Amino acid sequence: MNDNVLIRAEGVCKSFSEKAVLKGIDLEICKGEVVVIIGPSGSGKSTFLRCMNLLEVPTGGHIYFNDVDITDKKINIDVHRQKMGMVFQHFNLFPHMDILRNMTIGPEKLLKKSPEEAKAKAMELLERVGLADRAHAYPNQLSGGQKQRIAIVRALCMEPEVMLFDEPTSALDPEMVGEVLQVMKDLAKEDMTMVVVTHEMGFAKEVADRVVFLEDGILMEQNNPEEFFGNPKSDRLKSFLGKVL
Amino acid sequence: MSFQDRFYLNFIKDDRWLYLLDGLKVTLLITLFATLLGIVIGFLVAIIRSTYDRTGKFKIANAVCQLYLTVIRGTPVMVQLLIIYYVIFGSVDINKVIVAVLAFGINSGAYVAEICRAGIMSIDIGQLEAGRSIGFSYAQTMWYIILPQAFKNVLPSLGNEFIVLLKETSVAGYIALQDLTKGGDIIRSRTYDAFFPLLAVAVIYLVMVLGFTKLISILERRLRQSER
Repeated sequence: MNDNVLIRAEGVCKSFSEKAVLKGIDLEICKGEVVVIIGPSGSGKSTFLRCMNLLEVPTGGHIYFNDVDITDKKINIDVHRQKMGMVFQHFNLFPHMDILRNMTIGPEKLLKKSPEEAKAKAMELLERVGLADRAHAYPNQLSGGQKQRIAIVRALCMEPEVMLFDEPTSALDPEMVGEVLQVMKDLAKEDMTMVVVTHEMGFAKEVADRVVFLEDGILMEQNNPEEFFGNPKSDRLKSFLGKVL
Repeated sequence: MSFQDRFYLNFIKDDRWLYLLDGLKVTLLITLFATLLGIVIGFLVAIIRSTYDRTGKFKIANAVCQLYLTVIRGTPVMVQLLIIYYVIFGSVDINKVIVAVLAFGINSGAYVAEICRAGIMSIDIGQLEAGRSIGFSYAQTMWYIILPQAFKNVLPSLGNEFIVLLKETSVAGYIALQDLTKGGDIIRSRTYDAFFPLLAVAVIYLVMVLGFTKLISILERRLRQSER
């Protein structure tokens, strides 16, 4: 097999008490690739993303991360999660810690970095997203866009091999979407492997290496953005794109 | 008899005020250690129950906790105290203060448990997911992320529970333990004056409760500062 593959999903199924949300999804994500997953709401795209770091445990199939089957019950998922950053729709910053602590607690406790080292790394990242002056603010003092940029750099502090984005701009006011997407674009340029669930078609067109269409728990179609948007194959995708574009 | 004479008779003569002071010491001792025991039991039970609620783990432990909560919350604390003293430690010579600490601690634990469980469940599930996604284990996420926030939320209720406990220890006299209430009662039985000793006891409880209420509101304000 291709040793460039970072994440490999094999026949991933997920049911919530009888209701099948994912019906056997196969997908490979290569190192440095930006994969955008789109689909109507309820199609299972967020669930699929959350299966990749086992926030949802698949009821069938396997997920391989660096060729390790992380769906195997015997492995310690915590170790693998450290290498998979995740950004949530609702930011999920820790409200009882200031921004800097939000970013350094993981590296200090899990990567055993010294406080100075963790802080230096955090400040460097804050500098990059233009929020260094807010290092000692608390999450509730920030705007949505700022919170989400912090959430991204908090994940980056762990030096992950892949970043998973679960509708990162869906909870933002429209004027704040741009600043978050800009950070994500910069990240893509640095060859970070990214899997993004989003409704931002512009972002998909511009940044994605590959766009994946999920509907009703099935991977309907995947292609590079030009083909995907310019020449959709399935009727389902055509009608979906007709509605959102 | 004049006011001064009654005051003298009830508190000064034969150093009777010592009944109140010694009783107060016992009451505070019981309350302090019972609170600590209650918080330890309460947090453990709350963690087990909320973990079960969210993940389905600890099935048997959760059933044991349920039983504990049902029995403790379903029976009066005085009956529990008497059972622990006369039944469980019936044939053992044991310090009554320890018996009282155990009884009130175990009792308080049940109420603290439900307070803490509500506190843990009130923290958005996203906090747990964020902690886990960084790579923290469930226990680490609890310790670093969920419990500090939950504790802040339940502090007023915990303070209230502490005040309830302080007052509930007044039944300790039933196992012949000389706490504050019993101290006042002993004075009454010596002087045949109910007004002074019992009023003094009531005032002492009231002052303590006011003091703790103030203390908790200061602590609460300090913890809230980080949120703005």
